[in-house]
Amino acid sequence: MGAFWAAFLQYEFIQNAVLAGVLSSLACGVAGVYVVVKRITFISGGIAHAVLGGIGVAYYFGRDPLVGAVVTALCSAVLLGLINLTARQHEDIIIGALWAVGMAVGVIFMALTPGYNVDLMSFLFGNILMVTKPVLWALFLLDLAILLVVAVFYRQFLLVCYDEEYARLRGLPVKALYILLLALIALTVVILIKVVGLIMVIALLTLPAAVAGLFAHNLHRMMLLATVLSFLFILSGLVFSYQLNLPSGAIIVVMASVGYLGALAWRRFLPSARRRAAF
Amino acid sequence: MTMGKAIELHQVSFAFEGRPVLEEINLTVGVGDFLAVVGPNGGGKTTLLRLLMGSLEPRQGVIRIFNQPPRKARRFIGYVPQQTVLDRDFPVSALEVVLMGRLAPNSFFPRYRREDYAEAYAAMRAVGVEDLAGIRFGDLSGGQKQRTLIARALAGRPQLLLLDEPTASVDPVVAEDIYKLLAQLNREVTIVLVSHDLGYIASHFRQAVYLNRRLSPYHPGESGSGPFPGWSSGKTSATSAARGGQ
Repeated sequence: MGAFWAAFLQYEFIQNAVLAGVLSSLACGVAGVYVVVKRITFISGGIAHAVLGGIGVAYYFGRDPLVGAVVTALCSAVLLGLINLTARQHEDIIIGALWAVGMAVGVIFMALTPGYNVDLMSFLFGNILMVTKPVLWALFLLDLAILLVVAVFYRQFLLVCYDEEYARLRGLPVKALYILLLALIALTVVILIKVVGLIMVIALLTLPAAVAGLFAHNLHRMMLLATVLSFLFILSGLVFSYQLNLPSGAIIVVMASVGYLGALAWRRFLPSARRRAAF
Repeated sequence: MTMGKAIELHQVSFAFEGRPVLEEINLTVGVGDFLAVVGPNGGGKTTLLRLLMGSLEPRQGVIRIFNQPPRKARRFIGYVPQQTVLDRDFPVSALEVVLMGRLAPNSFFPRYRREDYAEAYAAMRAVGVEDLAGIRFGDLSGGQKQRTLIARALAGRPQLLLLDEPTASVDPVVAEDIYKLLAQLNREVTIVLVSHDLGYIASHFRQAVYLNRRLSPYHPGESGSGPFPGWSSGKTSATSAARGGQ
Protein backbone atom coordinates (compact mmCIF):
# COMPACT_ATOMS: atom_id res chain seq x y z
CA MET A 1 0.00 0.00 0.00
CA GLY A 2 2.86 2.39 0.82
CA ALA A 3 4.43 1.92 -2.58
CA PHE A 4 1.09 2.50 -4.27
CA TRP A 5 0.51 5.64 -2.23
CA ALA A 6 3.91 7.02 -3.22
CA ALA A 7 3.18 6.26 -6.87
CA PHE A 8 -0.27 7.84 -6.51
CA LEU A 9 1.27 11.10 -5.37
CA GLN A 10 3.94 10.98 -8.05
CA TYR A 11 2.19 9.85 -11.25
CA GLU A 12 -0.76 11.51 -12.87
CA PHE A 13 -1.91 8.28 -14.59
CA ILE A 14 -2.45 6.64 -11.21
CA GLN A 15 -4.40 9.66 -9.96
CA ASN A 16 -6.50 9.43 -13.14
CA ALA A 17 -7.04 5.72 -12.53
CA VAL A 18 -8.29 6.32 -8.99
CA LEU A 19 -10.55 9.12 -10.21
CA ALA A 20 -11.89 6.82 -12.95
CA GLY A 21 -12.51 4.27 -10.18
CA VAL A 22 -14.61 6.79 -8.23
CA LEU A 23 -16.60 7.79 -11.32
CA SER A 24 -17.28 4.23 -12.41
CA SER A 25 -18.21 3.16 -8.86
CA LEU A 26 -21.01 5.72 -8.87
CA ALA A 27 -22.47 4.40 -12.11
CA CYS A 28 -22.04 0.74 -11.29
CA GLY A 29 -23.31 1.09 -7.72
CA VAL A 30 -26.52 2.71 -8.92
CA ALA A 31 -27.21 0.85 -12.18
CA GLY A 32 -25.86 -2.46 -10.85
CA VAL A 33 -28.57 -2.48 -8.18
CA TYR A 34 -31.23 -2.47 -10.89
CA VAL A 35 -29.44 -5.27 -12.74
CA VAL A 36 -29.47 -7.38 -9.58
CA VAL A 37 -32.99 -6.69 -8.30
CA LYS A 38 -34.60 -6.93 -11.75
CA ARG A 39 -32.47 -10.02 -12.50
CA ILE A 40 -31.34 -8.85 -15.93
CA THR A 41 -27.68 -9.89 -15.80
CA PHE A 42 -27.92 -11.70 -19.12
CA ILE A 43 -29.43 -8.65 -20.85
CA SER A 44 -26.62 -6.48 -19.47
CA GLY A 45 -24.05 -8.99 -20.71
CA GLY A 46 -25.65 -8.89 -24.16
CA ILE A 47 -25.40 -5.10 -24.24
CA ALA A 48 -21.78 -5.19 -23.07
CA HIS A 49 -20.67 -7.54 -25.82
CA ALA A 50 -22.76 -5.90 -28.54
CA VAL A 51 -20.90 -2.68 -27.78
CA LEU A 52 -17.74 -4.09 -29.38
CA GLY A 53 -19.54 -3.89 -32.74
CA GLY A 54 -20.00 -0.14 -32.34
CA ILE A 55 -16.41 0.29 -31.22
CA GLY A 56 -15.13 -1.59 -34.29
CA VAL A 57 -17.29 0.41 -36.69
CA ALA A 58 -16.23 3.70 -35.07
CA TYR A 59 -12.59 2.68 -35.46
CA TYR A 60 -13.05 1.83 -39.11
CA PHE A 61 -14.53 5.24 -39.87
CA GLY A 62 -11.89 6.98 -37.81
CA ARG A 63 -14.32 8.18 -35.14
CA ASP A 64 -13.99 8.16 -31.36
CA PRO A 65 -14.62 4.56 -30.18
CA LEU A 66 -16.36 5.92 -27.07
CA VAL A 67 -19.04 7.52 -29.27
CA GLY A 68 -19.47 4.25 -31.16
CA ALA A 69 -19.80 2.44 -27.84
CA VAL A 70 -22.44 4.83 -26.49
CA VAL A 71 -24.53 4.70 -29.67
CA THR A 72 -24.44 0.89 -29.88
CA ALA A 73 -25.15 0.48 -26.18
CA LEU A 74 -28.23 2.70 -26.39
CA CYS A 75 -29.47 0.99 -29.57
CA SER A 76 -29.04 -2.45 -28.00
CA ALA A 77 -30.90 -1.29 -24.89
CA VAL A 78 -33.87 -0.08 -26.93
CA LEU A 79 -33.86 -3.25 -29.04
CA LEU A 80 -33.71 -5.59 -26.03
CA GLY A 81 -36.31 -3.52 -24.20
CA LEU A 82 -38.75 -3.85 -27.09
CA ILE A 83 -38.06 -7.57 -27.37
CA ASN A 84 -38.68 -8.09 -23.68
CA LEU A 85 -42.01 -6.33 -23.98
CA THR A 86 -43.21 -7.89 -27.24
CA ALA A 87 -41.59 -11.30 -27.83
CA ARG A 88 -40.52 -12.49 -24.39
CA GLN A 89 -40.55 -16.16 -25.38
CA HIS A 90 -37.59 -15.62 -27.76
CA GLU A 91 -35.77 -13.19 -25.51
CA ASP A 92 -32.81 -15.29 -24.38
CA ILE A 93 -32.03 -16.47 -27.91
CA ILE A 94 -32.11 -12.92 -29.26
CA ILE A 95 -29.83 -11.72 -26.44
CA GLY A 96 -27.41 -14.53 -27.22
CA ALA A 97 -27.44 -13.62 -30.91
CA LEU A 98 -26.89 -9.92 -30.22
CA TRP A 99 -24.08 -10.86 -27.84
CA ALA A 100 -22.18 -12.84 -30.49
CA VAL A 101 -23.05 -10.76 -33.56
CA GLY A 102 -21.90 -7.58 -31.82
CA MET A 103 -18.53 -9.11 -31.07
CA ALA A 104 -18.24 -10.55 -34.58
CA VAL A 105 -18.96 -7.17 -36.20
CA GLY A 106 -16.40 -5.55 -33.91
CA VAL A 107 -13.68 -8.06 -34.74
CA ILE A 108 -14.39 -7.82 -38.49
CA PHE A 109 -14.26 -4.02 -38.58
CA MET A 110 -11.11 -3.94 -36.49
CA ALA A 111 -9.50 -6.39 -38.92
CA LEU A 112 -10.56 -4.17 -41.83
CA THR A 113 -9.06 -1.10 -40.19
CA PRO A 114 -5.51 -0.55 -41.47
CA GLY A 115 -2.70 -0.67 -38.92
CA TYR A 116 -2.06 -2.68 -35.79
CA ASN A 117 -4.82 -2.48 -33.21
CA VAL A 118 -3.46 -2.74 -29.72
CA ASP A 119 -6.72 -1.24 -28.48
CA LEU A 120 -8.79 -4.37 -29.05
CA MET A 121 -7.23 -5.88 -25.94
CA SER A 122 -7.93 -2.80 -23.86
CA PHE A 123 -11.60 -2.90 -24.81
CA LEU A 124 -11.89 -6.59 -24.04
CA PHE A 125 -10.01 -6.50 -20.75
CA GLY A 126 -9.95 -2.81 -19.89
CA ASN A 127 -7.09 -0.69 -18.73
CA ILE A 128 -7.89 1.79 -16.04
CA LEU A 129 -4.25 2.95 -16.04
CA MET A 130 -4.63 4.31 -19.58
CA VAL A 131 -7.55 6.62 -18.76
CA THR A 132 -6.92 10.16 -20.02
CA LYS A 133 -8.36 13.53 -18.97
CA PRO A 134 -10.93 13.72 -21.84
CA VAL A 135 -12.10 10.21 -20.96
CA LEU A 136 -12.51 11.27 -17.33
CA TRP A 137 -14.71 14.15 -18.46
CA ALA A 138 -16.77 11.76 -20.58
CA LEU A 139 -17.17 9.42 -17.59
CA PHE A 140 -18.21 12.38 -15.46
CA LEU A 141 -20.90 13.43 -17.93
CA LEU A 142 -22.21 9.86 -18.26
CA ASP A 143 -22.35 9.62 -14.46
CA LEU A 144 -24.23 12.88 -14.25
CA ALA A 145 -26.79 11.67 -16.81
CA ILE A 146 -27.30 8.37 -14.97
CA LEU A 147 -27.65 9.93 -11.52
CA LEU A 148 -30.02 12.60 -12.75
CA VAL A 149 -32.34 10.11 -14.45
CA VAL A 150 -32.32 7.80 -11.41
CA ALA A 151 -33.06 10.72 -9.08
CA VAL A 152 -36.04 11.79 -11.16
CA PHE A 153 -37.49 8.32 -11.79
CA TYR A 154 -36.41 6.59 -8.55
CA ARG A 155 -39.91 5.69 -7.32
CA GLN A 156 -41.19 4.76 -10.76
CA PHE A 157 -38.21 2.48 -11.44
CA LEU A 158 -38.78 0.86 -8.04
CA LEU A 159 -42.37 -0.01 -8.86
CA VAL A 160 -41.56 -1.19 -12.40
CA CYS A 161 -38.80 -3.47 -11.07
CA TYR A 162 -40.88 -4.78 -8.19
CA ASP A 163 -44.36 -5.22 -9.61
CA GLU A 164 -44.90 -4.46 -13.30
CA GLU A 165 -48.61 -5.26 -13.17
CA TYR A 166 -49.20 -2.77 -10.36
CA ALA A 167 -47.09 -0.16 -12.17
CA ARG A 168 -49.42 -0.52 -15.15
CA LEU A 169 -52.46 -0.17 -12.89
CA ARG A 170 -51.03 3.05 -11.42
CA GLY A 171 -50.83 4.36 -14.98
CA LEU A 172 -47.02 4.39 -15.24
CA PRO A 173 -45.54 4.13 -18.77
CA VAL A 174 -44.02 0.72 -18.03
CA LYS A 175 -42.48 0.14 -21.49
CA ALA A 176 -40.80 3.53 -21.66
CA LEU A 177 -39.49 3.22 -18.09
CA TYR A 178 -38.08 -0.24 -18.74
CA ILE A 179 -36.27 0.93 -21.90
CA LEU A 180 -34.97 3.99 -20.04
CA LEU A 181 -33.65 1.71 -17.30
CA LEU A 182 -31.87 -0.48 -19.86
CA ALA A 183 -30.40 2.67 -21.43
CA LEU A 184 -28.92 3.63 -18.05
CA ILE A 185 -27.43 0.17 -17.69
CA ALA A 186 -26.06 0.48 -21.23
CA LEU A 187 -24.31 3.77 -20.38
CA THR A 188 -22.88 2.18 -17.25
CA VAL A 189 -21.56 -0.69 -19.31
CA VAL A 190 -19.71 1.82 -21.51
CA ILE A 191 -18.15 3.43 -18.44
CA LEU A 192 -17.10 0.09 -16.99
CA ILE A 193 -15.52 -1.05 -20.27
CA LYS A 194 -12.79 1.53 -19.58
CA VAL A 195 -12.14 -0.04 -16.19
CA VAL A 196 -12.45 -3.82 -16.53
CA GLY A 197 -13.18 -4.35 -20.23
CA LEU A 198 -16.38 -5.64 -21.73
CA ILE A 199 -15.73 -9.31 -20.96
CA MET A 200 -15.58 -8.62 -17.22
CA VAL A 201 -18.18 -5.83 -17.05
CA ILE A 202 -20.81 -8.18 -15.68
CA ALA A 203 -18.73 -8.96 -12.59
CA LEU A 204 -18.41 -5.32 -11.59
CA LEU A 205 -22.02 -4.57 -12.48
CA THR A 206 -23.48 -7.37 -10.37
CA LEU A 207 -21.12 -8.38 -7.55
CA PRO A 208 -21.00 -5.12 -5.54
CA ALA A 209 -24.79 -4.78 -5.83
CA ALA A 210 -25.27 -8.43 -4.88
CA VAL A 211 -23.14 -7.97 -1.74
CA ALA A 212 -25.08 -4.81 -0.89
CA GLY A 213 -28.34 -6.70 -1.41
CA LEU A 214 -27.37 -9.13 1.33
CA PHE A 215 -27.33 -6.34 3.88
CA ALA A 216 -29.48 -3.44 2.68
CA HIS A 217 -33.21 -3.33 3.32
CA ASN A 218 -34.09 -0.76 0.71
CA LEU A 219 -33.00 0.29 -2.71
CA HIS A 220 -31.25 3.59 -2.03
CA ARG A 221 -29.17 2.15 0.80
CA MET A 222 -28.31 -0.76 -1.46
CA MET A 223 -27.11 1.75 -4.05
CA LEU A 224 -25.01 3.63 -1.53
CA LEU A 225 -23.44 0.45 -0.19
CA ALA A 226 -22.86 -0.94 -3.70
CA THR A 227 -21.12 2.29 -4.72
CA VAL A 228 -18.78 2.17 -1.71
CA LEU A 229 -18.07 -1.52 -2.31
CA SER A 230 -17.35 -1.03 -6.02
CA PHE A 231 -14.86 1.65 -5.14
CA LEU A 232 -13.20 -0.60 -2.55
CA PHE A 233 -12.97 -3.44 -5.07
CA ILE A 234 -11.54 -1.17 -7.77
CA LEU A 235 -9.05 0.53 -5.41
CA SER A 236 -7.83 -2.71 -3.86
CA GLY A 237 -7.60 -4.21 -7.34
CA LEU A 238 -5.47 -1.27 -8.44
CA VAL A 239 -3.17 -1.58 -5.45
CA PHE A 240 -2.64 -5.30 -5.91
CA SER A 241 -2.23 -5.06 -9.66
CA TYR A 242 0.39 -2.35 -9.13
CA GLN A 243 2.29 -4.33 -6.55
CA LEU A 244 2.05 -7.71 -8.30
CA ASN A 245 2.45 -6.17 -11.76
CA LEU A 246 -0.64 -7.99 -13.05
CA PRO A 247 -3.49 -6.72 -15.30
CA SER A 248 -5.70 -4.34 -13.30
CA GLY A 249 -9.07 -5.38 -14.81
CA ALA A 250 -8.59 -9.03 -13.89
CA ILE A 251 -7.40 -8.25 -10.36
CA ILE A 252 -10.40 -5.94 -9.81
CA VAL A 253 -12.77 -8.73 -10.82
CA VAL A 254 -10.99 -11.19 -8.51
CA MET A 255 -11.34 -8.67 -5.67
CA ALA A 256 -15.07 -8.31 -6.33
CA SER A 257 -15.51 -12.10 -6.39
CA VAL A 258 -13.61 -12.54 -3.14
CA GLY A 259 -15.77 -9.81 -1.62
CA TYR A 260 -18.95 -11.56 -2.74
CA LEU A 261 -17.85 -14.97 -1.44
CA GLY A 262 -16.78 -13.36 1.84
CA ALA A 263 -20.17 -11.68 2.21
CA LEU A 264 -21.99 -14.96 1.50
CA ALA A 265 -19.88 -16.74 4.11
CA TRP A 266 -20.53 -13.94 6.60
CA ARG A 267 -24.26 -14.29 6.09
CA ARG A 268 -24.10 -18.08 6.24
CA PHE A 269 -22.33 -18.16 9.59
CA LEU A 270 -24.12 -15.18 11.09
CA PRO A 271 -27.73 -15.88 10.20
CA SER A 272 -29.03 -13.39 12.74
CA ALA A 273 -27.55 -10.63 10.57
CA ARG A 274 -30.49 -11.16 8.25
CA ARG A 275 -33.06 -9.54 10.46
CA ARG A 276 -30.87 -7.36 12.59
CA ALA A 277 -28.85 -5.80 9.78
CA ALA A 278 -27.84 -2.35 10.91
CA PHE A 279 -27.82 -1.03 7.41
CA MET B 1 -73.51 4.70 -3.49
CA THR B 2 -76.27 2.13 -3.34
CA MET B 3 -77.36 1.65 -6.92
CA GLY B 4 -75.08 1.59 -9.93
CA LYS B 5 -72.79 -0.90 -11.53
CA ALA B 6 -69.16 -1.37 -10.66
CA ILE B 7 -68.36 -3.89 -13.36
CA GLU B 8 -70.12 -4.80 -16.58
CA LEU B 9 -68.83 -7.39 -19.03
CA HIS B 10 -70.74 -8.04 -22.22
CA GLN B 11 -69.82 -11.03 -24.41
CA VAL B 12 -66.14 -10.72 -23.52
CA SER B 13 -63.70 -13.18 -25.09
CA PHE B 14 -59.94 -13.38 -24.81
CA ALA B 15 -57.41 -15.66 -26.47
CA PHE B 16 -53.68 -16.09 -25.86
CA GLU B 17 -51.66 -17.17 -28.90
CA GLY B 18 -54.74 -18.58 -30.58
CA ARG B 19 -55.82 -20.55 -27.50
CA PRO B 20 -59.14 -19.35 -26.08
CA VAL B 21 -58.83 -18.39 -22.41
CA LEU B 22 -62.16 -16.70 -21.85
CA GLU B 23 -65.31 -17.10 -23.95
CA GLU B 24 -68.47 -15.03 -24.01
CA ILE B 25 -68.27 -13.76 -20.48
CA ASN B 26 -71.25 -11.77 -19.26
CA LEU B 27 -71.09 -10.37 -15.79
CA THR B 28 -72.55 -7.53 -13.80
CA VAL B 29 -71.25 -6.56 -10.40
CA GLY B 30 -73.15 -3.89 -8.52
CA VAL B 31 -71.57 -1.19 -6.39
CA GLY B 32 -71.03 -2.57 -2.89
CA ASP B 33 -71.07 -6.22 -3.95
CA PHE B 34 -68.62 -8.88 -2.85
CA LEU B 35 -68.13 -11.37 -5.64
CA ALA B 36 -66.10 -14.55 -5.46
CA VAL B 37 -64.94 -16.00 -8.77
CA VAL B 38 -63.94 -19.62 -8.30
CA GLY B 39 -62.56 -22.07 -10.80
CA PRO B 40 -59.65 -24.37 -11.56
CA ASN B 41 -56.10 -23.17 -12.16
CA GLY B 42 -55.77 -22.16 -15.78
CA GLY B 43 -59.49 -21.44 -15.94
CA GLY B 44 -58.85 -17.78 -16.79
CA LYS B 45 -59.28 -16.17 -13.36
CA THR B 46 -56.12 -14.06 -13.41
CA THR B 47 -56.76 -13.16 -17.06
CA LEU B 48 -60.19 -11.88 -16.05
CA LEU B 49 -58.60 -9.63 -13.40
CA ARG B 50 -56.04 -8.33 -15.88
CA LEU B 51 -58.85 -7.49 -18.32
CA LEU B 52 -60.66 -5.61 -15.56
CA MET B 53 -57.49 -3.61 -14.85
CA GLY B 54 -56.93 -2.78 -18.51
CA SER B 55 -53.60 -4.64 -18.64
CA LEU B 56 -55.09 -6.81 -21.39
CA GLU B 57 -57.55 -5.88 -24.10
CA PRO B 58 -60.42 -8.29 -24.84
CA ARG B 59 -60.49 -9.81 -28.31
CA GLN B 60 -64.24 -9.32 -28.38
CA GLY B 61 -66.85 -7.78 -26.19
CA VAL B 62 -67.14 -4.73 -23.99
CA ILE B 63 -65.86 -4.09 -20.47
CA ARG B 64 -67.03 -1.19 -18.35
CA ILE B 65 -65.75 -0.30 -14.89
CA PHE B 66 -67.94 2.35 -13.28
CA ASN B 67 -69.27 3.05 -16.78
CA GLN B 68 -65.80 3.70 -18.18
CA PRO B 69 -63.31 1.68 -20.20
CA PRO B 70 -60.91 -0.13 -17.80
CA ARG B 71 -57.88 2.01 -18.69
CA LYS B 72 -59.74 5.16 -17.69
CA ALA B 73 -61.07 3.59 -14.50
CA ARG B 74 -57.67 2.45 -13.22
CA ARG B 75 -57.52 5.09 -10.52
CA PHE B 76 -60.66 3.63 -8.93
CA ILE B 77 -59.14 0.15 -8.73
CA GLY B 78 -57.04 -1.39 -5.98
CA TYR B 79 -55.33 -4.65 -6.84
CA VAL B 80 -53.89 -7.35 -4.59
CA PRO B 81 -51.68 -9.74 -6.55
CA GLN B 82 -50.68 -13.23 -5.47
CA GLN B 83 -47.75 -12.67 -3.15
CA THR B 84 -45.78 -15.41 -4.93
CA VAL B 85 -45.32 -13.15 -7.98
CA LEU B 86 -43.26 -10.75 -5.85
CA ASP B 87 -39.52 -11.33 -5.43
CA ARG B 88 -38.83 -12.37 -1.81
CA ASP B 89 -35.29 -11.00 -1.92
CA PHE B 90 -36.26 -7.55 -3.15
CA PRO B 91 -34.93 -4.87 -0.79
CA VAL B 92 -38.12 -3.01 -0.01
CA SER B 93 -39.84 -2.31 3.30
CA ALA B 94 -43.52 -2.91 4.04
CA LEU B 95 -44.10 0.86 4.17
CA GLU B 96 -42.46 1.34 0.79
CA VAL B 97 -44.70 -1.34 -0.68
CA VAL B 98 -47.79 0.39 0.71
CA LEU B 99 -46.58 3.77 -0.58
CA MET B 100 -46.48 2.28 -4.09
CA GLY B 101 -50.26 2.50 -3.93
CA ARG B 102 -49.89 6.29 -3.91
CA LEU B 103 -47.60 6.44 -6.93
CA ALA B 104 -48.67 8.36 -10.02
CA PRO B 105 -47.04 8.89 -13.43
CA ASN B 106 -45.90 12.34 -12.29
CA SER B 107 -44.28 11.09 -9.08
CA PHE B 108 -40.75 12.35 -9.74
CA PHE B 109 -37.80 12.33 -7.32
CA PRO B 110 -37.57 9.93 -4.39
CA ARG B 111 -39.75 11.65 -1.80
CA TYR B 112 -43.45 11.12 -1.18
CA ARG B 113 -45.70 13.93 0.00
CA ARG B 114 -46.90 14.14 3.58
CA GLU B 115 -50.46 13.19 2.63
CA ASP B 116 -49.13 10.08 0.85
CA TYR B 117 -47.52 8.96 4.11
CA ALA B 118 -50.73 9.75 5.98
CA GLU B 119 -52.80 7.65 3.58
CA ALA B 120 -50.27 4.81 3.67
CA TYR B 121 -50.23 4.69 7.48
CA ALA B 122 -54.03 4.93 7.61
CA ALA B 123 -54.29 1.97 5.24
CA MET B 124 -51.78 -0.01 7.31
CA ARG B 125 -53.74 0.73 10.48
CA ALA B 126 -56.97 -0.32 8.78
CA VAL B 127 -55.56 -3.80 8.10
CA GLY B 128 -53.49 -4.04 11.30
CA VAL B 129 -49.92 -3.90 9.99
CA GLU B 130 -48.90 -0.42 11.16
CA ASP B 131 -46.19 -1.89 13.41
CA LEU B 132 -44.47 -3.59 10.48
CA ALA B 133 -43.70 -0.45 8.46
CA GLY B 134 -39.92 -0.77 8.67
CA ILE B 135 -39.67 -4.53 8.17
CA ARG B 136 -38.41 -5.87 4.87
CA PHE B 137 -41.42 -7.14 2.90
CA GLY B 138 -39.74 -10.47 2.12
CA ASP B 139 -39.25 -11.15 5.85
CA LEU B 140 -42.97 -10.87 6.67
CA SER B 141 -45.16 -13.92 7.23
CA GLY B 142 -47.68 -14.94 4.58
CA GLY B 143 -50.59 -13.31 6.39
CA GLN B 144 -48.65 -10.11 7.08
CA LYS B 145 -47.67 -9.91 3.41
CA GLN B 146 -51.27 -10.33 2.37
CA ARG B 147 -52.44 -7.58 4.73
CA THR B 148 -49.64 -5.29 3.54
CA LEU B 149 -50.66 -5.83 -0.08
CA ILE B 150 -54.27 -5.08 0.84
CA ALA B 151 -53.03 -1.90 2.54
CA ARG B 152 -51.20 -0.95 -0.65
CA ALA B 153 -54.41 -1.37 -2.62
CA LEU B 154 -56.36 0.67 -0.04
CA ALA B 155 -53.77 3.48 0.05
CA GLY B 156 -54.95 4.58 -3.38
CA ARG B 157 -58.51 5.03 -2.00
CA PRO B 158 -60.09 2.57 -4.45
CA GLN B 159 -63.78 2.01 -5.05
CA LEU B 160 -63.17 -1.47 -6.42
CA LEU B 161 -60.83 -3.99 -4.85
CA LEU B 162 -59.58 -6.91 -6.96
CA LEU B 163 -57.81 -9.80 -5.21
CA ASP B 164 -55.97 -12.70 -6.82
CA GLU B 165 -56.02 -15.80 -4.58
CA PRO B 166 -55.91 -13.82 -1.31
CA THR B 167 -55.62 -16.94 0.84
CA ALA B 168 -53.45 -19.18 -1.33
CA SER B 169 -50.25 -18.61 0.68
CA VAL B 170 -51.63 -18.56 4.22
CA ASP B 171 -52.84 -21.15 6.69
CA PRO B 172 -56.59 -21.61 7.37
CA VAL B 173 -56.66 -19.54 10.58
CA VAL B 174 -55.06 -16.58 8.82
CA ALA B 175 -57.34 -17.10 5.83
CA GLU B 176 -60.30 -16.74 8.18
CA ASP B 177 -58.90 -13.40 9.42
CA ILE B 178 -58.34 -12.19 5.87
CA TYR B 179 -61.94 -12.96 4.91
CA LYS B 180 -63.21 -11.18 8.03
CA LEU B 181 -61.10 -8.18 7.09
CA LEU B 182 -62.45 -8.21 3.53
CA ALA B 183 -66.04 -8.45 4.76
CA GLN B 184 -65.37 -5.41 6.93
CA LEU B 185 -63.77 -3.49 4.03
CA ASN B 186 -66.75 -4.41 1.86
CA ARG B 187 -68.82 -1.85 3.77
CA GLU B 188 -66.97 0.78 1.79
CA VAL B 189 -65.64 -0.83 -1.38
CA THR B 190 -66.85 -3.28 -3.99
CA ILE B 191 -64.76 -6.45 -3.87
CA VAL B 192 -64.07 -9.10 -6.47
CA LEU B 193 -61.76 -11.96 -5.54
CA VAL B 194 -60.68 -15.00 -7.48
CA SER B 195 -59.79 -18.30 -5.86
CA HIS B 196 -59.29 -21.92 -6.79
CA ASP B 197 -60.25 -22.92 -3.25
CA LEU B 198 -63.82 -24.05 -4.00
CA GLY B 199 -64.28 -25.65 -0.62
CA TYR B 200 -63.54 -22.48 1.27
CA ILE B 201 -65.73 -20.31 -0.92
CA ALA B 202 -68.48 -22.92 -0.57
CA SER B 203 -68.51 -22.56 3.19
CA HIS B 204 -68.17 -18.77 3.30
CA PHE B 205 -70.06 -17.30 0.36
CA ARG B 206 -73.71 -17.91 -0.23
CA GLN B 207 -73.27 -17.43 -3.93
CA ALA B 208 -70.41 -16.98 -6.34
CA VAL B 209 -69.57 -17.50 -9.99
CA TYR B 210 -67.62 -20.39 -11.46
CA LEU B 211 -65.09 -19.63 -14.19
CA ASN B 212 -63.57 -22.26 -16.42
CA ARG B 213 -63.13 -20.46 -19.72
CA ARG B 214 -66.87 -19.77 -19.52
CA LEU B 215 -68.74 -18.26 -16.63
CA SER B 216 -71.56 -20.01 -14.85
CA PRO B 217 -73.40 -19.46 -11.57
CA TYR B 218 -71.94 -21.31 -8.64
CA HIS B 219 -74.13 -22.49 -5.84
CA PRO B 220 -71.92 -23.18 -2.88
CA GLY B 221 -74.91 -24.43 -0.95
CA GLU B 222 -74.69 -27.60 -3.00
CA SER B 223 -71.06 -28.00 -2.00
CA GLY B 224 -69.05 -30.13 -4.38
CA SER B 225 -71.81 -30.30 -6.97
CA GLY B 226 -69.92 -27.96 -9.28
CA PRO B 227 -71.51 -25.54 -11.70
CA PHE B 228 -75.21 -25.22 -12.02
CA PRO B 229 -76.43 -27.87 -14.48
CA GLY B 230 -77.91 -26.75 -17.76
CA TRP B 231 -76.15 -23.38 -17.69
CA SER B 232 -74.54 -22.25 -20.94
CA SER B 233 -74.01 -18.52 -20.99
CA GLY B 234 -75.98 -15.41 -20.38
CA LYS B 235 -76.35 -12.73 -17.82
CA THR B 236 -74.97 -13.42 -14.41
CA SER B 237 -76.17 -10.77 -12.10
CA ALA B 238 -73.87 -10.62 -9.18
CA THR B 239 -76.16 -8.08 -7.61
CA SER B 240 -78.35 -10.93 -6.60
CA ALA B 241 -75.34 -13.10 -5.92
CA ALA B 242 -72.61 -13.25 -3.39
CA ARG B 243 -73.00 -10.86 -0.53
CA GLY B 244 -69.73 -11.06 1.27
CA GLY B 245 -68.35 -12.53 4.40
CA GLN B 246 -69.86 -15.18 6.53
